[in-house]
Amino acid sequence: MKLRRDVFQAIADPTRRAILLLLAAQSMTAGAIASNFDTARPTVSKHLQILLECELLQQEQQSREIYYHLNPNKIKEIADYIEPFRKMWDERFDKLETIMKKYASKE
Amino acid sequence: MEQKTKIAAEEDKQELVITRAFDLPVALLFKAYTIPEIVEEWMGTKVMTLENKRHGSYAFETTDPLGNVHKFNGVIHEFCPNERITRTFEIENSPLAVQLEFLEFESVSYATSKLTMHIVYKSVAFRNQMLKMGMPRGISMAHDRLQVAALKYN
Repeated sequence: MKLRRDVFQAIADPTRRAILLLLAAQSMTAGAIASNFDTARPTVSKHLQILLECELLQQEQQSREIYYHLNPNKIKEIADYIEPFRKMWDERFDKLETIMKKYASKE
Repeated sequence: MEQKTKIAAEEDKQELVITRAFDLPVALLFKAYTIPEIVEEWMGTKVMTLENKRHGSYAFETTDPLGNVHKFNGVIHEFCPNERITRTFEIENSPLAVQLEFLEFESVSYATSKLTMHIVYKSVAFRNQMLKMGMPRGISMAHDRLQVAALKYN
């Protein structure tokens, strides 16, 4: 399967962050997770799908119910995630590059 | 696609290395660090002082959208045009300690160059705090709590 989304994109959404924090305490079924939100159940399902796709969550069948829990390895990846810091510098340096190209053409 | 800006931050080390490839000759890249008006433009700050020489100093001032003034300063330890700047960087009135920066400017071809910024912090904790400053607030808070969650799994 092609990985469509990166981890950072997944945690950029407030609802998805809230889901991760809920599941940090215990595994839960989709229904139990949805009951914590005012949003419609299909919306919560979509968020769960995205979190599954980027492997932040895992599913586990327990008797007739499917439980969601955090994928510890992926969570660790976020824990030392430096992407926002990198982006900040990347944007600064992009600006520097643009400014100096204009500067060079004026000289 | 390869990223133009890369960051190497090894776990449990009080340093990090930022590297960036530029579509600029090294002389132009270096100028972006030495001409005050240009520094102001790309860093988004006011330049109060910028003495481009060994034992020179610099001071920047930034006003945030709420009107708060943030001051930054440092001392230049080494200054070799188109090659190297070694300097300190300090955020005034901040619990974060002063940091040491080694900036290496390299010519790759007549039209391209590379910058390596090696930053040394007082401690691993200070470095990690600095890394988090790039994060939007909501993400930073969730990040802190997820870090606690991750520790449980260790």
